[in-house]
Amino acid sequence: MATAALDGRPTSETNTPYLIAGAGVALLLVGSYWGLARAPRETYMGDVQRIMYVHVPTAWNAMLAFTFAFGCAVASLLRGGYRWDTRLEAAMEVGVVLSSLLCIQGAIWAKPTWGVWWDWDPRLTTTAVLVLAFSGIIALRSFVDDPARRAVWSAVAAIVAYVDVPIVYFSVKWWNSLHQMQSSPETVSGAFHWPLRINAFGILFLMWGLIALRARIAALRLERQLAPPEAAR
Amino acid sequence: MSHALAALRKDALLQWRTRGRFVAVFVFGATALLLFSFAIGPNAGALRQHAAGFLWLALLLASTLALGDSVHGEMEHRALEGLVLLPASPVGLYYGKALANWAQLAVLGIALVPFMVVLYDAPLGRALALAGLILLGTAGLSAPGTLYAAMTVQVRGNQTLLPLLLFPLVVPVLLAAVNATSLIMTGDPMDQLRSWTLLLLCFDLIYASLCGLLFGRVVES
Amino acid sequence: MATAAAPLTVASAAAVAGLEVHEVSKRYGARWALVRVSFRLAGGEIAMLAGRNGSGKSTLLRVLATALRPDLGTARVAGLDVVADRDEVRRKVALLDHRSHVYDLLSALENLEVMARFLGDAALGRERLMAVLDEVGLADRAGDPVSEFSAGMRKRLALARVLLKTPEVALLDEPYGELDPPGFRLVDDVLDRLRRRGATVLMATHLVERGRERCDRALVLAGGSVEWDGAARHLAADAGLAG
Repeated sequence: MATAALDGRPTSETNTPYLIAGAGVALLLVGSYWGLARAPRETYMGDVQRIMYVHVPTAWNAMLAFTFAFGCAVASLLRGGYRWDTRLEAAMEVGVVLSSLLCIQGAIWAKPTWGVWWDWDPRLTTTAVLVLAFSGIIALRSFVDDPARRAVWSAVAAIVAYVDVPIVYFSVKWWNSLHQMQSSPETVSGAFHWPLRINAFGILFLMWGLIALRARIAALRLERQLAPPEAAR
Repeated sequence: MSHALAALRKDALLQWRTRGRFVAVFVFGATALLLFSFAIGPNAGALRQHAAGFLWLALLLASTLALGDSVHGEMEHRALEGLVLLPASPVGLYYGKALANWAQLAVLGIALVPFMVVLYDAPLGRALALAGLILLGTAGLSAPGTLYAAMTVQVRGNQTLLPLLLFPLVVPVLLAAVNATSLIMTGDPMDQLRSWTLLLLCFDLIYASLCGLLFGRVVES
Repeated sequence: MATAAAPLTVASAAAVAGLEVHEVSKRYGARWALVRVSFRLAGGEIAMLAGRNGSGKSTLLRVLATALRPDLGTARVAGLDVVADRDEVRRKVALLDHRSHVYDLLSALENLEVMARFLGDAALGRERLMAVLDEVGLADRAGDPVSEFSAGMRKRLALARVLLKTPEVALLDEPYGELDPPGFRLVDDVLDRLRRRGATVLMATHLVERGRERCDRALVLAGGSVEWDGAARHLAADAGLAG
């Protein structure tokens, strides 16, 4: 019977991630209720501006997820083994989900404000590129059967994609300013800071818990796949 | 580095042997330019305005074919592995192939320019500057493209994977190249060309270094 | 860079341990292709590797050639670790893989030229390359593209690559495969040459009789593990075919 262990250590099955995620949901409920229902209306933009209470925290955490993914990729290449690869897999998936939400939120905000679904804001456009780039890497993983190779190649691709982020941002920013398009004023002037901060931590904890759980799933799958050889006859 | 030179000679020789396929890739690019013009319709002003964009789109699409071709011969009989086991330095192997791919894409880009000029009634502008820009832009396609081509050719379904991975990555190259090309063709009143070419140069240098470093992890088992 | 010409003397070859393999295991995904393989070959020994299809012979050769990394265990080739001293091992080893490592689009001579440039040995000029092609019987097809070659001719070109490298350790995967009777004699010739040079050879082959005549040692793999390890002349005629 294969011992269930990845890189020599068994995958933890504690409840901690559930608690962290639960705390995140609780904070998110508080912060969202406060921002969406109780905070005063913004003078110029009205109720539409309330989306900032969710949009801005999502933006921070999406970037955090991808940055964490980059760190996991570097660690995976330097240290080997599979632990960091499982975290990379989780961080990329959560990052793609959060970034996709970000783009949807951006569209929900843009339509009533500018009359178009997409206003080519540099940050949001960079996010869209990131969604596609990391979705591609997730797709790459499904094409590679060998776990060792899959780990190395996803790490390489994640590093290459992440290094591009500032370059994409600047190129879109210049392109945007050239064509004199209005960039969305993602200021939070007029917004109270507390609901924003509460939501930011809410999404942070939720994300943390989700990444931990998703990494655990990846680790358990790998453990089952990578049993050591039976004793030689 | 001697291995990079040896690799460059090898890849240049392989490209010369497949120059028939290069013609096919060129025809593909020209066809793409034609199809794009149909998408716009016979509106001379609109065609002229978008000429630069379509040139680089056609070049980008054709590059996936060219890049895929450049690594196909390496996998048939595991020839690349044969070199790695000599041992040949993976960094040298990367630069040889990336340089050869760069040259091929640059020739492709320059060859498509007359097509663009004719189909889109685009003004040529400063031809030498345009050639230089094509060099900068195609380097940006070749650097990450060679890395990803070598990776995806080892995997089934590689024809989908290469563009899937490459296209989001080269968004800055596309933006910079298209804008710079427009400026060269139609004039640059606010002297923005320098910023775009600088962006391209930075992208090229960053990715030529990064992909060279990472190539070893992609070709080793 | 090892000089191309000087052969190792018998004494110095024996001093350098040929192959030391200890509990090497290698998996492909969930399936273990090699399971705790252990054996030793002294420098200069010629050994045959027998076993049914899928028993792990090719995988073992590729691990020893550093084309694959072992997942468990250690292997030392010519005294050097296959993981820690990978590049040095590569300099001393030649692998004859069933995929031949050649470029279809290039001619036989061009393939060897590409290889020679990477080996960096300035002495490997055209005459030397043509001489090697002549030894393997490809001299009159030196300028033809490999895409026009039969499988047997590709195998001869792959043998030429091994000869060109003048290795201390030769790992041959089915060298007799796809060859005609003159080709069999060519492989016998290559083995003799390697023996005279004091090289260590591990050769996977299904030709048990021929292997027994020419090899000192024999190993039989089954299901990824070593089932039998001894002198080649003691190998049963149906070795590697049972089970």
